[in-house]
Amino acid sequence: MTEKLVIVGNGMAPGRMLEHLFEAAQSRYEVTIFNAEPRVNYDRIMLSPVLSGEKDYEEIIIHGDGWYIDNGITLYKGHKVVAIDRAAKTVTSNHGVIAQYDKLVIATGSVPFILPVPGSDLAGVLTYRDLDDVNAMLLAAQSTAKAVVIGGGLLGLEAAAGLKARDMDVTLLHLMPTLMERQLDPAAGYLLQKAVEARGIKVITKAETKAVLGERKVKAVELADGTVIPATLVVMAAGIRPNAWLAKEAGLEVNRGIVVDAHMHTSDPDILAIGECAEVGGRVYGLVAPLYDMARVAAARLAGDEAAAFVHSDTPTKLKVTGIDVFSLGDFADGDGREEIVLRDASAGVYRRLVLKEDRIVGTVMFGEISDAAWFADLKKREVDISDMRDTLIFGQAYQGGPPLDPMAAVAALPDDAEICGCNGICKGKITAAITANKLASLDEVRAQTKASASCGSCTGLVEQLLKLSLGDAYNPSAVQPMCPCTPLGHDDVRRLITVLGLKTVEAVMQELEWTSSCGCAKCRPALNYYLVCEWPGVYADDYQSRFINERAHANIQKDGTYSVVPRMWGGVTSAKELRAIADVVDKFAIPTVKVTGGQRIDMLGIKKEDLPAVWADLGQAGFVSGYAYAKGLRTVKTCVGSDWCRFGTQDSTGLGIRIEKFMWGSWTPAKVKMAVSGCPRNCAEATCKDVGVVCVESGFEIHFAGAAGLDIKGTEVLGLVKTEDEALEVIVALVQMYREQGRYLERIYKWARRVGVDEIRNQIFADKDRRQEFYDRFVFSQKFAQVDPWSERASGKDKHEFSPMAAVGLLQAAE
Amino acid sequence: MDWIKIGALADIPRRGARCVKTPKGRIAVFRTAEDEIFAVEDRCPHKGGPLSQGIVHGASVTCPLHNWVISLETGQALGADEGAARTVPVRIEDGQLFITLEALSNLAA
Repeated sequence: MTEKLVIVGNGMAPGRMLEHLFEAAQSRYEVTIFNAEPRVNYDRIMLSPVLSGEKDYEEIIIHGDGWYIDNGITLYKGHKVVAIDRAAKTVTSNHGVIAQYDKLVIATGSVPFILPVPGSDLAGVLTYRDLDDVNAMLLAAQSTAKAVVIGGGLLGLEAAAGLKARDMDVTLLHLMPTLMERQLDPAAGYLLQKAVEARGIKVITKAETKAVLGERKVKAVELADGTVIPATLVVMAAGIRPNAWLAKEAGLEVNRGIVVDAHMHTSDPDILAIGECAEVGGRVYGLVAPLYDMARVAAARLAGDEAAAFVHSDTPTKLKVTGIDVFSLGDFADGDGREEIVLRDASAGVYRRLVLKEDRIVGTVMFGEISDAAWFADLKKREVDISDMRDTLIFGQAYQGGPPLDPMAAVAALPDDAEICGCNGICKGKITAAITANKLASLDEVRAQTKASASCGSCTGLVEQLLKLSLGDAYNPSAVQPMCPCTPLGHDDVRRLITVLGLKTVEAVMQELEWTSSCGCAKCRPALNYYLVCEWPGVYADDYQSRFINERAHANIQKDGTYSVVPRMWGGVTSAKELRAIADVVDKFAIPTVKVTGGQRIDMLGIKKEDLPAVWADLGQAGFVSGYAYAKGLRTVKTCVGSDWCRFGTQDSTGLGIRIEKFMWGSWTPAKVKMAVSGCPRNCAEATCKDVGVVCVESGFEIHFAGAAGLDIKGTEVLGLVKTEDEALEVIVALVQMYREQGRYLERIYKWARRVGVDEIRNQIFADKDRRQEFYDRFVFSQKFAQVDPWSERASGKDKHEFSPMAAVGLLQAAE
Repeated sequence: MDWIKIGALADIPRRGARCVKTPKGRIAVFRTAEDEIFAVEDRCPHKGGPLSQGIVHGASVTCPLHNWVISLETGQALGADEGAARTVPVRIEDGQLFITLEALSNLAA
């Protein structure tokens, strides 16, 4: 008969415990989980990247809904357990659900420590603990400018960096003289403070918070020395406390946390406690590695293994702020019989300190360059006598004899029991064995099989090197397609980093993201130029030397080096005056070919480059502007005559087409965008194979997108039906802006939609009205800088050098 | 050798090119990001595309017609493609540029 296992709490520790338990005893228990948060199990370590924008919530989910279903788990989301009845063996949730248990696991985690100062309960004072906190901070970051983060430990630093990445004005308060004083010595703390300040975060140490000021909402923070710091958001990240009240109410033994023995049993043999709420051997833990170890022990006990026991070990600390590398392990205080070796490189911002006792490493602090962290940690763990290599120890493993500076050699030399993944306690031998035994070929597979590098990801480089060592050239390190040979980063990574790091020139991108070529190539430069144009409207100066010739010359190059010119004909409608002007230009410049295009306009082909500005000047006289027939941008909006003339027309399709075109011309997009508006479902404008199409019906406007009629042929997807022209325009504009922000350079809308998912796009544009409005507003803002006719600019002399030869030499002599 | 003045360094945008018309055909004059100057016949060895209209990166140019990459130093097509555009000697003096056409037989017009 199956036993009933009830778990209170759904964080990382119980999630990991269940994985171990299902491995050892798949069907022994019927599992019920109560989660006070209304969601599945996610990776709490990765909240900081979510806050800074480097990751989405979806990317940090550990167990999706499917996992609970597959394992027959009953998950009560948003249920907080309010009572345990140990006599009846039941728990009761705040929504009145009562569950019977044979075994109960308490994993209630911790609660943030709120400073006991006046005003700490004002609106705008947040903690940094779960996804709700992150969401609240993101919301605050949108509307408010000044934030104060209280606490200069791991959490506080990550919160400050995240809010700064969201463009807030951030001040970090820390009670102690140096940051992260529990993990770092003062020298490393100082370097850390400098690095944090270099990001524009103000740091005040020795700052004792006296009160949070404000009426109903927070207005400022007051320090004991009288300093008042204005703030509209205050984040308390001054520490956490084990969340043990439920256990205490139930009469279990509670000290700082819920007291458990080395087997994770509380004072009631049927109740276990794991995670941040548990106290083992007088210690409570906050880092993930020991919590996972508790999970392993608890699972083993539940599966009937009497031997499993928890043993304390030092856990390394790493800070998860992109670009700031900090590592700390063990005991680094000065003391009797202790010696130290220190390496400093001030200009490079590198600091390393090893604390030795009896020729063995007992502590390590590293800042700026931490590639040898794993090696030092291994020497410490194995208590290796380092006297033979003492002279060069501080320089790292590459300098201990053998061929220097080969990163692979360093990893190859690690013993099998060297811990690679600190979060999950996975050592080298386990990873290499899994690679060989299961024929693993990618990082994701290793993560899935071993958990190595699956939590905070800081050991990803080492795991990749192990793959490389095991598989040789068969290993292709990045599943991500690099943007071009100049960088290992993919398009999405580059874009994300442009935003997060605030990179505003092509040179800055190449410098900061460590491009391997001096000035890029013909693949990455146009892409970067587009990403910057899109991200920083009005700020970024368009780099024309990074544009393809067609966009640089605002005309289409032909096989013989001449150009073709297509003026805009709004919605495909023209007039006698316009046609006469075109005829005159054709005569005047002896243009050899005039052709009607597929997009309902007129193309003049075979124009010499030198003539382009004069051609444009004449066309401009007649009111023509550039048709952008050469652009990765809005091209045509094809229309039918609609209700103006057609007996079947249901709406003014011509008028709507012209309106869309006038609203959206001039915008740059990842690839070309062609649109059409048909006045009835007979669809004479062929709207259902366009990037964006509208099919008018009696009840309104059916918005289509993601069609193709070129290399691929594909009918459109229906985005939705709207009632008014205004709404149709808003939806189309928001859709195009979403594509502008997410599409990879040269990726047409249909390919982007296939990658992102039609449902996802529909959700964001149709279901989420706020989101739609944001996309719309951003497009409108960027149009302020985009809607300048490039032809009239060049007819007036802009970029003259582009259109004339530098010189004509020796031609007279040749004529003679 | 007969050096012909064709203009100033500043007439060419960085990472860009201008062309010069000569009796022996069009010549593309390139300026790199590091202000190096190269002159090459304005004709891709593939299908005659005007190299002066391409994107300049490092000491190479990508042809605007079919993306062949041509070395500005040697005129050779890089990568898997084979062929070469002829190079033209070029000199900088006080910011002024000079080319000589003597070594060059007639380029295709």
